[in-house]
Parts: sequence; structure tokens; C-alpha cells
Amino acid sequence: MPADAVTRAWTALQEVMDPEIPVLSVIDLGLIRRLDLGDDGTLEVDLAPTYSGCPAMAVIRGAVEVALRAAGLGTARITEVLAPAWTSDWLSAAGRQKLLRYGIAPPVTPVDTPRGIWRPATVVRCPRCDSASTEELSHFGSTPCKALYRCQGCLEPFEHFKCI
Amino acid sequence: MSAAADDLGIAHFDYLLQLADTSLVLGQRLGELIGHAPALEEDLGLANIALDLVGQARLLLSHAGGIEARGRTEDQLAFLRTQDEFRNLVLAEQTNGDFARTITRQLLIDAWQLELHERLQHSSDAQLAAIAARAVKETRYHFRFSASWLVRLGDGTAESRQRAQQALQQLWPYTCELFDEQEGDRLLARAGVAPPLAAVESAWRARVAGVLSEATLEQPAATPYRWHGRRGVHSEHLGHLLADLQYLQRAYPGAQW
Repeated sequence: MPADAVTRAWTALQEVMDPEIPVLSVIDLGLIRRLDLGDDGTLEVDLAPTYSGCPAMAVIRGAVEVALRAAGLGTARITEVLAPAWTSDWLSAAGRQKLLRYGIAPPVTPVDTPRGIWRPATVVRCPRCDSASTEELSHFGSTPCKALYRCQGCLEPFEHFKCI
Repeated sequence: MSAAADDLGIAHFDYLLQLADTSLVLGQRLGELIGHAPALEEDLGLANIALDLVGQARLLLSHAGGIEARGRTEDQLAFLRTQDEFRNLVLAEQTNGDFARTITRQLLIDAWQLELHERLQHSSDAQLAAIAARAVKETRYHFRFSASWLVRLGDGTAESRQRAQQALQQLWPYTCELFDEQEGDRLLARAGVAPPLAAVESAWRARVAGVLSEATLEQPAATPYRWHGRRGVHSEHLGHLLADLQYLQRAYPGAQW
């Protein structure tokens, strides 16, 4: 295993994109919780699954494996780690910018305690015209991680990456 | 293994099955609505909730298989058990009916899962705690969906209010099963695996009462009859649901994708 294997692995994983939101890498999403060399020299990757039923997870896991092998780093030991639970707070700043440019409003509020299921939703700004005058059309969107919004400024619908 | 540890092990396995089967059966029910919900947004919403529920069920069934330690996988537990081996709440297997009934069933179970998942995050069973910590984020979202819909229906038109109230009358009798404490519950609470049922019950009652009052719906009176999905005694609906869910594995044993 090359001495700079871990660095090379991080670089390789920057190219592994979410199949549903292809502008975000697994690193942008905060899915890679640990990347190390094991005692036997095998690369070890801890992967945080997102939603319990996210159908993209199996694809992502496979893509991580393939990317590391293609980078000449052998067959990695990939472990899906449930705790601590993945949260949209782990999205990187770069990831949030990429989402915005892609037309998806990034998660806004840091997720805290369960209080306030009834609290008024925080302002989600339109990714196209930046208007703060938007409304939620549906709690759920085309994938588990998104909700559907409409901008009252430019009248365009858009998706919002849910805060969870 | 001592008899006491054995009892706890059995209670633990049954408890995980209760959680898993309730999610699985409710997820399957919601799946029946894909392409049939009243509006596209609700179609997506219900399908997404179903996806979360089936995902939670998979994790819980895998874990239950580990606790049972007889080598059964999540697939074997989901597809190869008979009706009287299922431990889900009888409420979860009730048919979809109209949209008011689907939403009312959802609200009653969402509130139950919410109170359970919040507390199970601190379970002495570390794997269950990890599953609950992740599921609770999803459950909060499900509850927001069902609660806001029930308020819209109850505090809506005369027709929607009448339908929501009727759904509540029909489904309320099944809720007594939620807090029908068994010896196993007491064992699990003492071991710190599950929260004391009384605490979950009072929190659930307060939460549901809050939604019903905002929805201007009347809470039905308690009924004496007790359902026992947890003992494998189900209504006539579960068998039909399982026939659909399990068809492929029964017809083609061991078939894989």
C-alpha cells in the first residue's frame, strides 16, 4: 500500500458522486466518517448511511469500493456506521454552495432538539432569485432528502434539501 | 443460560419484532397507495414515508435476527414468517380506506413511534439506540406530515371533518393495544432496553390530544376489547397483506435480485 494511501483515498472519493444529486460527492455529504489504514494494511472506510430507507446507499457503497480500487488502493473494508446518526448539518460548506448552484436550496437551520414540530418553518431562500418569499408545497419531494417549494418572487418551483 | 436471562432474551426478540413488524406492515400498506394517492404531493409523501418505514424495519429485523441467534436474516424474518408469528400492532395492518383513514392511522402510529424513538435513543441495547437515533429524525418528519393533514381534514370542510371523525371512531379501539403492558415490557424496562410503557403512554396521549383538539375532532371513548397483535393474534387483514408481501419468496424460494 503506498505511503500516501489515505490522502489518495480522500482525493479519489472527491469524485464519488451521489447518484440522485450528482453534484455532491460523498465527502460533501459528510458520509465518510473515518478513513484509515488497518493493521493488515487494508484501507478502512466508515460510511454513515443517510435515511434508513435511502435506496441510493447500496449504489454509493459500491461506487466507493470501485473508486478506491481504481485508484490502486485495493479492496477497502467498508463499514456502515449507524451511530452517531448522519445529519444534514454534516454537509460541507462547499457542498452547500454546489447545491445552491445546482438549483436546490441547501439545508438552512442546524438541527437541534426535537422541540417545535409545530414551529414555523425557517425561511428557505429561492436558489434562483434569492427571494425570501417562498412557500412549502410538499413535505416530501422526488427523493427522501428533499422537500418541494415554490418561490413567490420568480414563481419557479424548487427543491430544498431537508434539515434532518 | 438461566431462565430469567432466557425470558429477557425472548422479550427482547419479541419487542424488536413488534417495532420492526409495525414499520414493515405500515410501510407495505402505504406502498399500496403509490400511484393512487389523491394528489401527486401526497403520493410522494406517503411513498417516502413508506421507504423510511421499510428501511427502519430492515435494520430492526436484522438486529432481531442477531438477538435471536438462530441465523435468521432480515429477509427470512420478513418473508418466511406466518401471520401468527408477526408481532405488529393490529392498527398498522388496517386497510387504507379513504385518505382521512390513511392519515388518521398514520398520525396515531407516528405519535407512538415518535415517543418510543425519542426514548429508545437511550436504550441499553446500543444497536437499538443507534437505530432509534436515526429513525427519530424521520419520525418527526412523518408526524409533521400526518398531524398537519389531520388538522386540515378535521378543521376543514363538513365532509372532510365527518370523514376524519369517522376514521377516528373506527381506529381508536385499536390504540388500546399500544399500552397493554405485558410481563415482557416490565422485564425490558428494568433492563433499560425499553422505556417504561406508562411514560410513553402519557406522552402519547398528550401529543395526540393536542393534535385532535387543533383538528376540532372528538376523542372517542375507550373500548373494553383488547387487540393482541403482539401475541400474534391479528385481524383478518394481515393475511391478505402478507400474501402480497411474501408472494415472491413463497412461489420462488430463495429467489434473489
